[in-house]
Amino acid sequence: MAKPEESAAVVDPAVFDGPDASGHFGPYGGVFVGETLIAAVEELAEVYAELSADKNFWAEYDAELKHYVGRPSPLYFAERLTDSAGGANIYLKREDLNHTGAHKVNNTIGQALLAKHMGKTRIIAETGAGQHGVASATVAAKLGLECHVYMGAEDIIRQAPNVYRMKLLGANVISVESGSRTLKDAMNEALRDWATNVDNTYYIIGTVAGPHPYPKLVRDFQCVIGREAREQSLEQIGRLPDALVACVGGGSNAIGLFHPFLKDESVAMYGVEAGGHGLATGEHAAPLSAGCAPGVLHGNRTYLMSDEAGQILETHSISAGLDYPGVGPEHSWLKDMRRVNYVDATDDEAMKAFHQLTRLEGIIPALESSHAVAYAMKLAATLPQDKNIVINLSGRGDKDIETVAKIEGIEL
Amino acid sequence: MSRINQIAEKAAAANRKLLIPYLVAGDPNLQTTSALMHKLVQQGADIIELGIPFSDPSSDGPIIQRGVERALAKGTTLKQVLELVAEFRETDADTGIVLMGYLNPIEIMGYKTFAEAASASGVDGVLTVDLPPMEAGELNAMMRAVEVDTIFLVAPTTREERVASITEHCSGYLYYVSLKGVTGAALTDFDSVTANINKLRAQTALPIVIGFGIKDAESAAAMGKLADGVIIGSALVEKIGLLADQVEHDAEMLSDTIKVISEAREALDKLV
Repeated sequence: MAKPEESAAVVDPAVFDGPDASGHFGPYGGVFVGETLIAAVEELAEVYAELSADKNFWAEYDAELKHYVGRPSPLYFAERLTDSAGGANIYLKREDLNHTGAHKVNNTIGQALLAKHMGKTRIIAETGAGQHGVASATVAAKLGLECHVYMGAEDIIRQAPNVYRMKLLGANVISVESGSRTLKDAMNEALRDWATNVDNTYYIIGTVAGPHPYPKLVRDFQCVIGREAREQSLEQIGRLPDALVACVGGGSNAIGLFHPFLKDESVAMYGVEAGGHGLATGEHAAPLSAGCAPGVLHGNRTYLMSDEAGQILETHSISAGLDYPGVGPEHSWLKDMRRVNYVDATDDEAMKAFHQLTRLEGIIPALESSHAVAYAMKLAATLPQDKNIVINLSGRGDKDIETVAKIEGIEL
Repeated sequence: MSRINQIAEKAAAANRKLLIPYLVAGDPNLQTTSALMHKLVQQGADIIELGIPFSDPSSDGPIIQRGVERALAKGTTLKQVLELVAEFRETDADTGIVLMGYLNPIEIMGYKTFAEAASASGVDGVLTVDLPPMEAGELNAMMRAVEVDTIFLVAPTTREERVASITEHCSGYLYYVSLKGVTGAALTDFDSVTANINKLRAQTALPIVIGFGIKDAESAAAMGKLADGVIIGSALVEKIGLLADQVEHDAEMLSDTIKVISEAREALDKLV
């Protein structure tokens, strides 16, 4: 296991100020979409550049986070979990307590405000676990916008409660039957929809991937997590945490927690990918920790799971929200800069952590977040008791109880 | 002068519209693609756009997606597509071959390896759908170094001030996308195509061909009237989808499969 001090990077802090004007984090990121969509992403970049420099826009966003989402989310000291791990203190950043039950809403609120400013009347989104779909359907309902959510047919089966939730919110959930019928295929279909309906449609991408400016703007909207965690740590612990741990699928909750700490050299960071059945089996969703090569998919260059002929590989994870062959381009850059340690937790480890947190703290975590909990407990055990770890508890696990019951052979 | 330039010049001199069928390499298998390519030439194709199968064709509609899935089910790789072109070149030195696809297979092969192999195989042009001009510098330079044309798209959404940066990177021909949407969608707005082509003419001397939504003789003629040529993809791939996955097909069957191309040729030739 990597120790926090191993991650101490000796680099110019300016490397963390990306992306550059054309959307690149070093060699990663960029704009790799068909010509039909170029004008749309350029328009979005222009509008975002303008609005993000406008105090009133952020005031509007902050007000929504406070009164609608319920922020700030607590930083909770998990005492019994800490005792069980037997080492460093473990704190949970409680994104599971947000309205809609995950960090996703931080981003959808922000993007819905952008859509409103741009005069778009129709929202589309892709979703894996359904959390981003629910968060998109929620803000669409709130703002009175038409909403269509693309979801892989496989995920629709795995995440039935969220599908129903989206329908209750008035969204049209479209089952995607092509390819591996999971998140990546939902994203392909959303891109096709966008190219067709580009005039009136805003595409809310759910993670820090896609063509520029998405990786930047989604990060900016998620950074509220890290900004709060930083303040709360200073207030509650009296200093910065020693380590941050977050799960990484596309990587939006992780970048949201990490980014405000990137220039704090003393803070180690661990991005936990889905190890699935184990990295050696090839059945995982861990492009960073499994040592995959960079490639291009869904609008950006990033580390990517593809075969030797360049075809995107099917991934495996117990959690639909991590089941994606790529990762946000900024994470690829942070890997190369050795600022963040990218590691993995297997399906079994995540399941065990799911139960531990539930029984020890009375908090049912999402299976995605359970990956972070699993790794953090291992990490805590290697550290002395005066060290402090913050886990991003990115979502709650109500949506997963059917999956968990099924794996354990229990009929509900 | 590149083979595509020669083809375009000769056609212009003879008042002939370029006819460019698109098919997916390896759909339903490489032997059939090879037979279809020769048949397409007999029926009047000037240039063939050969699709490189990719697992995530996010600019393509359902018909071409299914063609790609059939090709991938046979394990078709970029390397095999290049070998297919080399084999085609053994008996055909006149027809233009353009590879059309997505960047990742090229990225994984490596730009330099790809450029050299494409040139050695007799590929005349490359169109990478998800590689816009501002990201294309490195690959373009390598393709130009081996004298392979780099073809780019202009869409109805393309801002006027962007056209210059596209034409600057583009060689061979400029591909005008007739509609907002994916391949195989219905083409309805002929007026805006006319207006946009006229604007493009003022900005470039490159031959302009129109693709997306051209599905029969009638739409081929309507678009051919406006441009230097037309591309027909989904209408052909749909028929190829009806072919059995076997190595040998009788000649009549193949002629029937590509009937849309022979009919388009006839319609285009009547224009002049």
